[in-house]
Amino acid sequence: MTATATAKPDTLPRFTRAERWVHRTTGALVAVLTATGAVLYYEPFALAVGRRPLVEGLHIAAGLLLPVPAIVGAFASTSLRTDFVILGRMTRTDWQWLRRNDRRIARLPVDKFNGGQKLASAVLLGGLLVLFGTGLLLIAPVRIDLPVGMRQGATIVHDLFTFAVLLLLAGHAWLAVRHPEARRALRTGRMDRRYAESEYAGWAREVQRKR
Amino acid sequence: MSNESTSPAPAGAPVGRRVVLGLLGLGAAGVAAGPSLSNFFGRLAGALSAHDPTGLSALIPGAGWRYYTVTSGFPYKPPATYRLTVTGNVSRELTLTTDDLKGRPRTRLTADFQCVTGWRVPNVRWEGVRLSELLDEAGADSDQHAVQFVSYDGAYTESLTMDEARRSDVLVVDTLDGKPIGRAHGGPVRMLIAPMYGYKSCKWLSEIRVTPKVIPGYWERLGYDQDAWVGRSNGRDDAPTT
Repeated sequence: MTATATAKPDTLPRFTRAERWVHRTTGALVAVLTATGAVLYYEPFALAVGRRPLVEGLHIAAGLLLPVPAIVGAFASTSLRTDFVILGRMTRTDWQWLRRNDRRIARLPVDKFNGGQKLASAVLLGGLLVLFGTGLLLIAPVRIDLPVGMRQGATIVHDLFTFAVLLLLAGHAWLAVRHPEARRALRTGRMDRRYAESEYAGWAREVQRKR
Repeated sequence: MSNESTSPAPAGAPVGRRVVLGLLGLGAAGVAAGPSLSNFFGRLAGALSAHDPTGLSALIPGAGWRYYTVTSGFPYKPPATYRLTVTGNVSRELTLTTDDLKGRPRTRLTADFQCVTGWRVPNVRWEGVRLSELLDEAGADSDQHAVQFVSYDGAYTESLTMDEARRSDVLVVDTLDGKPIGRAHGGPVRMLIAPMYGYKSCKWLSEIRVTPKVIPGYWERLGYDQDAWVGRSNGRDDAPTT
């Protein structure tokens, strides 16, 4: 399954170093959050691991750091900012892509991201922001008199959104497994041209026109 | 890519923003509806756990116990080597094994267990020895006004006034829902202050100390109330547990 291609490597530039770096660091932080969160939440893991203050500290630190890569990246990288703009807007093509059963072969003029990726990224961002906010409520010192029930509400919302976000990320990982070309693009920054032309026809045309 | 003159206005509707704002609203509503939302899931989990041999229903948010320690890891002393001492201003200090506790008059008590952070476990069955009987046996001085509980985790302490400590629903317990209390629940022996929030019920109990006045415990020093009656303290209005 190697990409032994023709003499000229037939790939298109898709992700800059900043974009890949933001994806990787955010992913690593989410991994730390998931592992430490599981230990804090599930009794058998808690008993096996112990060291609750350490686990708790790691969870809080990773949670507080979670928005940093995306924010720093957005300041530093125009291409990442452009990604955010594209991800935030659903075009008619995106809705078509979502509706049609033949979406993978229809060669719709999909931009850099398809409708599914756009909606998923919005849900993920919203979910992570809720986790961040409720997490802040949970680490608020006892001395701060939060309204009665707010800590309890933050706890249950944090738990429920964790499960929802994990479900979404499981789908994310599943699709990544099924699309090695997409994984390679995030690893190397370049995407197989034929794959791009079939999955992101609009984007592939635009990129090649510019060259 | 410059954003003003050259590139056209971004195409498409700002759906991403709507989704994000919608989820933030949902999260905020959930926080506001916290107690009822939490209780709903607690009941759901309770109903499911009755038919769940895998124990996975414990993963449902709002389900039953949550486990806390204030130190690194869950401490544990096995019942065989465990000792409980009753010390301080007493006429004779006691050192008790788990068998010693088993051999004393036993008290059973069923009560909801309510945490100050909101979760509640209904109808927990406890069994142990009344604290008042141990205090009598040790000859706690009548002019002493408080009792301190010390955990063998090395950090946690709690305390009651002598009047509170002598209540009939204050127990030194070694049995929980018919089983010996395990490591996660503060075994082999812990306190149960049935009418108060959970943080009063000191886990991994090693010492009961009779003191001249109340010594604030771990959470009291961080801002929780000393007299932690369920529903009448810490700004909460939960239904009483006893």
